[in-house]
Amino acid sequence: MSQESGHYYVPSPSTYPITGSCALLFLGFGAALSMNRIELGYGLLAIGFAILFYMCFRWFGTVAAESESGKYGLDVDKSFRWGMTWFIFSEVMFFCAFFGALFYMRNLSIPWLVEESDVLGQTFWGSYAGGWPTTGPGEYDAFTAMGAWGLPAINTLILLTSGVTITFAHWALKEGRRSALTKWMLATILLGLTFLFLQGYEYVHAYNDLNLRLDTGAYGSTFFMLTGFHGFHVTLGTIMLIVIYFRCAAGHFTPEKHFGFEGVAWYWHFVDVVWLGLFIFVYLM
Amino acid sequence: MAAVHGDVHDHGHGDHHPTGIMRWVTTTNHKDIGSMYLWFSLTMFFTGGFLALGIRAELFQPGIQILEPELFNSFTTLHGLIMVFGAIMPAFVGFANWQVPLMVGAPDMAFARMNNWSFWLLIPAALLLVTSFFVPGGAAAGGWTFYPPLSTQGGLGVDMMIFAIHILGASSIMGSINIITTILNMRAPGMTLMKMPLFVWTWLITAYLLVLVMPVLAGVVTMLLTDRHFGTSFFNAAGGGDPVMFQHIFWFFGHPEVYIMILPAFGIVSEIIPTFSRKPLFGYSSMVYATASIAILSCIVWAHHMFTAGMPAVGQLFFMYATMLIAVPTGVKVFNWTATMWKGAMTFETPMLFAIGFIFLFVIGGFSGVICAIVPIDIQVQDTYYVIAHFHYVLVSGALFSLFGGVYYWLPKWTGHMYDEKLGKLHFWLSMIFFNLTFFVQHFLGLAGMPRRIPDYALQFADFNMISSIGAFGFGTTQLLFVYIVIKCIRSKEKAPEKPWDGATTLEWTHLPTPAPYHSFENPPVVK
Amino acid sequence: MRSKSVVARVGVAALALYSSMAIGSKYNFQEPQSVIAKDVYDQHIMLMWICLAIFIAVFGVMFYSILKHRKSVGHKAANFHHSTTVEIIWTVIPIIILVAMALPATKTVIEMKDTSSPDMTIKATGYQWMWGYDYLQGEGEGISFYSKLSTPKAQLDGREPKGENYLLEVDNHVVVPVGKKVRVILTANDVIHAWWVPALGVKQDAVPGFIRDSWFTADKPGIYRGQCAELCGKDHGYMPIVVEVLDEDAYSEWAAEKLASMKDSVNLAVAETEAVEAAEQDSENN
Ligand code: HEA
Ligand code: HEA
Ligand code: CUA
Ligand SMILES: [Cu+2]
Repeated sequence: MSQESGHYYVPSPSTYPITGSCALLFLGFGAALSMNRIELGYGLLAIGFAILFYMCFRWFGTVAAESESGKYGLDVDKSFRWGMTWFIFSEVMFFCAFFGALFYMRNLSIPWLVEESDVLGQTFWGSYAGGWPTTGPGEYDAFTAMGAWGLPAINTLILLTSGVTITFAHWALKEGRRSALTKWMLATILLGLTFLFLQGYEYVHAYNDLNLRLDTGAYGSTFFMLTGFHGFHVTLGTIMLIVIYFRCAAGHFTPEKHFGFEGVAWYWHFVDVVWLGLFIFVYLM
Repeated sequence: MAAVHGDVHDHGHGDHHPTGIMRWVTTTNHKDIGSMYLWFSLTMFFTGGFLALGIRAELFQPGIQILEPELFNSFTTLHGLIMVFGAIMPAFVGFANWQVPLMVGAPDMAFARMNNWSFWLLIPAALLLVTSFFVPGGAAAGGWTFYPPLSTQGGLGVDMMIFAIHILGASSIMGSINIITTILNMRAPGMTLMKMPLFVWTWLITAYLLVLVMPVLAGVVTMLLTDRHFGTSFFNAAGGGDPVMFQHIFWFFGHPEVYIMILPAFGIVSEIIPTFSRKPLFGYSSMVYATASIAILSCIVWAHHMFTAGMPAVGQLFFMYATMLIAVPTGVKVFNWTATMWKGAMTFETPMLFAIGFIFLFVIGGFSGVICAIVPIDIQVQDTYYVIAHFHYVLVSGALFSLFGGVYYWLPKWTGHMYDEKLGKLHFWLSMIFFNLTFFVQHFLGLAGMPRRIPDYALQFADFNMISSIGAFGFGTTQLLFVYIVIKCIRSKEKAPEKPWDGATTLEWTHLPTPAPYHSFENPPVVK
Repeated sequence: MRSKSVVARVGVAALALYSSMAIGSKYNFQEPQSVIAKDVYDQHIMLMWICLAIFIAVFGVMFYSILKHRKSVGHKAANFHHSTTVEIIWTVIPIIILVAMALPATKTVIEMKDTSSPDMTIKATGYQWMWGYDYLQGEGEGISFYSKLSTPKAQLDGREPKGENYLLEVDNHVVVPVGKKVRVILTANDVIHAWWVPALGVKQDAVPGFIRDSWFTADKPGIYRGQCAELCGKDHGYMPIVVEVLDEDAYSEWAAEKLASMKDSVNLAVAETEAVEAAEQDSENN
């Protein structure tokens, strides 16, 4: 417990948290109302997002400034590490819920539904054959499942590559090679954006050509919710990368102290690993 | 409360602190935030209690008197949600905020600004829950467990509940990351993990449970949301999903959740008992291991809430055995408390009374839990008032009593004034009597076959329901006394003694003045 | 010595109180009417005794200490705080007790799950808010009816005095023969319901889209009442289940009558639809 700079830095009172809570007040009511097609909701949502965006911008700006002005001692740095670790862990658990749903449906509920299509001469689900991909026994339009070796395989390569480029960026940062750092960061961001673009393209393809939609039974639900939440996390990750890029360009971080950079890198690796899970369990198997 | 800290706010801290309301809105001080958590939780306790009284009033007699069935269901649902997420959990987080930094010798929480956000997020969530009573279609009415397809049917109120849960989840996750980090990273020099007070240990383990299961709850309510509005089929057999899958995911969260509400209670009690026995806690390390075992086991017992949902026999047996095992580490705790009291020099101030009341009644609740865990018996009592009795014994006389005990124990440290001992004891005895009046008879109701979540019942259940309702109103009125005692204590002119409890050994009593100064441990104490 | 006798007396009083409770069904499970229900009843009693014994042991010690080791009687605090031996003892003993509890339960679970080779099979379907029954197999095969709460609204609102079986009465009873293994297949039409008849020891959720099953063999003729045991919306409290157990002859008679009346009503229904169709044809022709 070295108290390097004397005291553990405790920030002074701040209005950001209450701003963020107002944002969530608007977002919560806005989302609930707009889900029920009540006009007011859309307005509230828009205001909520605006406030949230403003809040994040200011809050993170302040944190960056505090960091750069040397207020954070080694203890604070360590706290950030613990904090980020457990935050990522909680994100992993969030994905676990959806992976759990996927496994449950594929391995349990769908086989059960197949068994139950005939009990004592009473047909419950007609002649449902089960298997995967499937829409379930109800009445759904035919669809084509998303293949693994087209865009998804390319996307896997892209994300894996981006994991490498960000590591190069990290090495560059640690060795003080600033121009290499920004270049590798830029490369990572571009890869992230390409991934997102291809993912969007895949969705359009699914809706237009494969008749694969969010409401296409078990397959559609798990496919879009899993890849969708992953895509959302890649989006966040990319935004974080862009912020860090500008901080790098502005000369932030030192070879010894650069938690902001590392936190984002960890996050990026996390979305990478989740993608591998998706590629295997959603696309391949 | 401003008066409470006003006089100790003279530390040259450089930065300007806003005063008045803005002090509370913008504060980054763990004590301020802890106080706000506690006040919020008290408010929610009364809100949830108001709903409980509505339920008990309707059930006073057979027939429909004041709540139409749909509204009754909303009362039940929101009573459960508000008590669990609004009253009990925030109260424990409030304790963590006040006590964890004091007990590990840290200047504040690790992320002081985020700490403020964790608190203020509770407000929009509470608003979403409470105002949902007034929207078209009314509040959610599918029970606090909101099983689909019933909760797929509801209206706007269900969506408000879903978003409230999202926000509460975010708040809890941030709060627990904060607590974990504070404990792991900010302990005073010399305070090794195995020297931490037990309250800190229980909160560390609780915080881990929270980051483990809250995201899963967020996931499952998200699936419910998309099933409701975007045509996904997670819980719809026609699409290959399964309503029972919801129950699995929900209870994967839900069971650890109930231990989230009891482990910090164990912590509080483990501080109080040694203090008033004037004897060190017996079996400190086995207490720590027992807490950890309970937490680990709690992750593999969830389906004991689903014995009637239909599971293969092996599944039922597995979950039965795993559930029963939890009685072992919990028993270790009970025995250790008893051994701590054994050959002590006990006195029985209000905190001690609540701690003993806690053990006594919690064990009754634990036993009814074990009886619920036996599959064949559970098949009879599942979804009856027996279960209601079980969990009010562990939640009200468990979690809530420990909170009362904790408040009395630390009030002098927090406010610098002593509470009124006579009134405190009165509060305890009245609570004890009325609590048992309310909930003991519910065991009989459940065994005799009264289902839960019904607004009206068959005639043979009339007597016990009447007794239960009388008890509930008595218990509710008693809690007004509690509020009076707390306010009287804060307003009191008399200064509390520096160390009102001669048996206390933790840092906040040995290394800090009473009341604790606004900024404490800016230079960490050294623990030997 | 004195306090020991106090403890003993309290213990005896508690036991006496408890045994008196075990008799009246107001304080305990309803009188069991099937093998399973009987097992459950006995196990519950056994568990109550065990729990009571542990309770008295633990709190006997605690209250002894509370009485004797208090500061006000001048007791000085000892300073021990650890003993691995006792920790092991009070870990192992509960485990043994738990095993003793789990053994009979395990047997019953396996019995409960054995729905094979029934004498008859009835499908129960949960609706918001009533039950539908179809006799699928065995004597009475083909019988099918709905069963709804029959307590008059006026009793609910308090405009009339409440009858003896307030909220536990339905228009059509589920009738089964005594001593026969009845398999109940459950499903639901809308949301989850649960089919529960306490005296027969059956409770099983009915999940929409899925099939569940359970079974019972009633020991004695009689009328057994239960309620839906899973929150299913507004009228969850108003969908009781009434099982009427008849001896075999009476059952055969009931089944024959029911089948005949069903044929009549089917014929009636067919006739009605034909009439409607004819009318429609007419109007189209115009
Ligand atoms: C603080 C909250 C809390 C706690 C601590 C517990 C503790 C336990 N609970 Fe409880 N439970 C709830 C809150 C809690 N529960 C809630 C809210 C519900 C209902 C949810 C809903 O449906 O709405 C519920 C429901 C519930 C069910 C489902 C009932 C049903 O719906 O059919 C079951 C079944 O197994 C169960 C079991 C247990 C067990 C075995 C314990 C054990 O941890 C208890 C262990 C303690 C002891 C056993 C006492 C001390 C031990 C000794 C003195 C040692 C010797 C003892 C023996 C050898 C037996 N609980
Ligand atoms: C987590 C904690 C918690 C707490 C503290 C409580 C506290 C109480 N609960 Fe609890 N309860 C739950 C959690 C909790 N409950 C849950 C999870 C459920 C399941 C919900 C579901 O099925 O979905 C439930 C369900 C439940 C039911 C079953 C409802 C049903 O199945 O339909 C009942 C019925 O008696 C009940 C009663 C009470 C009572 C009387 C109290 C009392 O202890 C409350 C006491 C407090 C007050 C009464 C304060 C109010 C005081 C005032 C407002 C001042 C004015 C007062 C007077 C003038 C008298 N609760
Ligand atoms: Cu049907 Cu409750
Ligand atoms: Cu549980």
